[in-house]
Amino acid sequence: MQLLRLTRTRRAALIGLAGALAVSLTGCAQSQRDEAGGGGTGGTMVFGDTGNPKMFDPVFNDDGETFRITRQMLDTLIQNKPGTAELEPSLATKWEPSNDSKTWTFTLKSGVKFSDGTPFDAAAVCYNFNRWFNMKGAAAQSQMIYYGDVFEGFAKNEGDAGGDPVYKSCDAPNAGTAVLNLNKAKGAFPAAFTLPSFAMQSPTALKQFNADQVTQSGDSFSYSDYAYKHVTGTGPFKFEGWDQGKGEITLVRNDTSAEPAKLDKLVFKVIPDENARKQALKAGDIQGYDFPAPADYGLLRNEGEQVLIRPSFNVLYLGINQAGNPKLKDVRVRQALAYGINRDQFVKSKLAEGSEVATEFVPKAVEGYTDDVTKYPFDQAKAKQLLADAGASNLTLKFYYPTEVTRPYMPNPADTFTAISEDLKAIGITIQPVAEPWNGGYKDDVQKFHKQDIHLLGWTGDYNDAGNFVGTFFGREKPEFGFNNPQLFSALSAADAAPAGDQHAKAYQAANKQIMDFLPAIPIAYPTPAIVVGPKIKGVVASPLTDERFNNVTLG
Amino acid sequence: MLRFLVRRVLQAIPTLLILSILVFAWLRSLPGGPAAALLGDKATPEKIASLNHVLGLDQPIILQYFKFLGRAVTGDFGNSLVSAQPVMSEIGTFLPATIELGVSAMLIAIILGVPFGYLAARYRGGAVDNVIIVLTLIGVAVPVFFLGYTMQDLLSVPLGLPSQGRQAPGIDATSITNFAILDGIMTSEWDAVWDAIKHLVLPAFALATIPLAVITRITRASVLEVFNEDFIRTANSKGLTQQVVRQRHVLRNALLPVVTTIGLQTGALLGGAVLTERVFNFRGLGFLLAEGIERRDYPRLQALLLFGALVYVLVNMLVDVSYGIIDPRVRVR
Repeated sequence: MQLLRLTRTRRAALIGLAGALAVSLTGCAQSQRDEAGGGGTGGTMVFGDTGNPKMFDPVFNDDGETFRITRQMLDTLIQNKPGTAELEPSLATKWEPSNDSKTWTFTLKSGVKFSDGTPFDAAAVCYNFNRWFNMKGAAAQSQMIYYGDVFEGFAKNEGDAGGDPVYKSCDAPNAGTAVLNLNKAKGAFPAAFTLPSFAMQSPTALKQFNADQVTQSGDSFSYSDYAYKHVTGTGPFKFEGWDQGKGEITLVRNDTSAEPAKLDKLVFKVIPDENARKQALKAGDIQGYDFPAPADYGLLRNEGEQVLIRPSFNVLYLGINQAGNPKLKDVRVRQALAYGINRDQFVKSKLAEGSEVATEFVPKAVEGYTDDVTKYPFDQAKAKQLLADAGASNLTLKFYYPTEVTRPYMPNPADTFTAISEDLKAIGITIQPVAEPWNGGYKDDVQKFHKQDIHLLGWTGDYNDAGNFVGTFFGREKPEFGFNNPQLFSALSAADAAPAGDQHAKAYQAANKQIMDFLPAIPIAYPTPAIVVGPKIKGVVASPLTDERFNNVTLG
Repeated sequence: MLRFLVRRVLQAIPTLLILSILVFAWLRSLPGGPAAALLGDKATPEKIASLNHVLGLDQPIILQYFKFLGRAVTGDFGNSLVSAQPVMSEIGTFLPATIELGVSAMLIAIILGVPFGYLAARYRGGAVDNVIIVLTLIGVAVPVFFLGYTMQDLLSVPLGLPSQGRQAPGIDATSITNFAILDGIMTSEWDAVWDAIKHLVLPAFALATIPLAVITRITRASVLEVFNEDFIRTANSKGLTQQVVRQRHVLRNALLPVVTTIGLQTGALLGGAVLTERVFNFRGLGFLLAEGIERRDYPRLQALLLFGALVYVLVNMLVDVSYGIIDPRVRVR
């Protein structure tokens, strides 16, 4: 069995951060898992979600609001261990790559059925993989965001879905063994098998309700009834209804599941406004909600609610556009920015508890993290000296920051901007602030039109692979950063293709060292978002990947 | 009358066409766009460009507009990018909530505004008048969202009034028309009716504040004006009691401009409903519109803005027609 191997450092970090928080706050997850299986303790939990789901066929989705719901109904081959980003068996009890990582053999859990009675076996696994690979139509393919990213192409690439497919074929030598053949090794595996988009769905239901029928309707897409009403998996809950008018999605216990939920019913109530979610919890309309504002943690705790801090799986960074200002091409200037920012103080004063200063672009919980990188502790004198050495003592920088948004990695962009710009002013840099709405041009201006000199941005990981972080940022020449460093690009490309396991992790650790020497941007912090549940709720384990499963939840 | 009606309908068509061009051009002039909204936070510029091509958003805007118009005249406004549902069906689902909220707010504004205005006029210059004037000033000046949040924080828990949504999650009410109160009455589910009324109280009062203030002030001004009319003096000189004069002559005549104001305020309610519905998570058209703006949901915004325009045009037509009925001279103009 090829399970994720952990470095000592990472293991320590995980134990210290995730384990302590998750276990101490919610009780022993493992023992609760053991208790599950059949006899539910009943009741209904209503959970406040931050936004509408799009629909429920996860392969056409990439948003957290949808995944929050599909994760309760659909299982993946591999899953994340509760409270961590470590891998553990789910529908596959074992997974083993070949030496060249081009063949993955999955041993499947036996006796599992989809909620419509269809057996879960190797044929069902291959049906799902073949379905994704053979998906037809530009509309369908352009909506398969994660599949496109991870598998890099389709049997017939339509529209602009180009690329050379990673997927080759799937064999089912017997009911309990599925063999996935790839055209090339992919560093994202096995972690990417945990992605909710790659959850297993019932072949019977997929066929019966024309799940592959995605059509274009003007500026948008329409999906078959399957995606709205008939999504069918092996998970602890199954779909019951979606009341658009009330903004409620209702799931009920799936008694055919290998581990049925303890609750009778799970209702997701969409409440986009954070204050309204808090009010609903106080009024008892809901029993938990996502992403409380850090400023409310104390208040919520005083009122007896449980604020569960998620181990960080994201990074906030100060982007640097070397093409925007010639002075920024000089590494001494970039180093000066790094030394000039008091990240310790920023993290302590502006971010939620549990947040940490970022020393590189992957969080500690991610395979490929290493402590052995060049660090840039706060040192204003050194920063000023570096600027003087580079002839940039009178540097002026256009500093872009977003408005009308909060992200898990950036709860308050204006506060973040103010703190960092004050630090930079203190080392003699003149700041020209440019504030833009997040959905009103900010991302275009910094990522496409490269109008900025420096800017704020970040990333929340999708699965436990360093490539999902650093490969996305620095794997190729991008307008956001405005540099061309073939050595770094090839190091990241080699790391992506390195076989899973230690070799893969070491390749990324080496790349991370290079990145922190070259310093194309400045990692600022690993912020920690939270989830809040009522005082009597038991069994919720805060996940770094927002992968909280409610199968073990009891109402106390 | 028929010719008058036909003329008004024909006049409405170019109005709607011009509005459709303005809405379409305005949305496309905004930064960001449907592709970015569809692809989410992690969309790269390359992916956005690729999806723009798939969606035909890289075609000339005139061509895009005519394609949109071709679909719109058949009632096809596409699917929402947020919910992937047909936007016309979304409007059908969410409209009853807005009507319920708007009617409740307007009833509150009328039931309280007219007597307040009358009292202020009757006791002009006195303490009652001053208090009412100050309250109406506050009512107009305080932003709806601020008032909404304040009401949530201060009133919701002490008064046991729900601060968000249209129905408590535990209420499993039968849905027939999507009008929560009406459905409850039709099915004799009285728990559901009571629950729906409780959910309406805070948002309806928040939304009623501005029309209440405006109606109060207009009523006050109108009553004062009528008090000074010759026919009131005549009525008084005829020896009628003050009560009879006030009820039969003052109030009846003073209400004419108030009724016009009520009509205007009803149109303006939709604007207030966007904020109110958002703050109270009251899922009506305003909620849909606010979410659509945040998420750059062009199909939804196009449909909702044109629907709003259509409502305005229809209301204006109704007003014109009613004028035509009241005063036949209007028809020949």
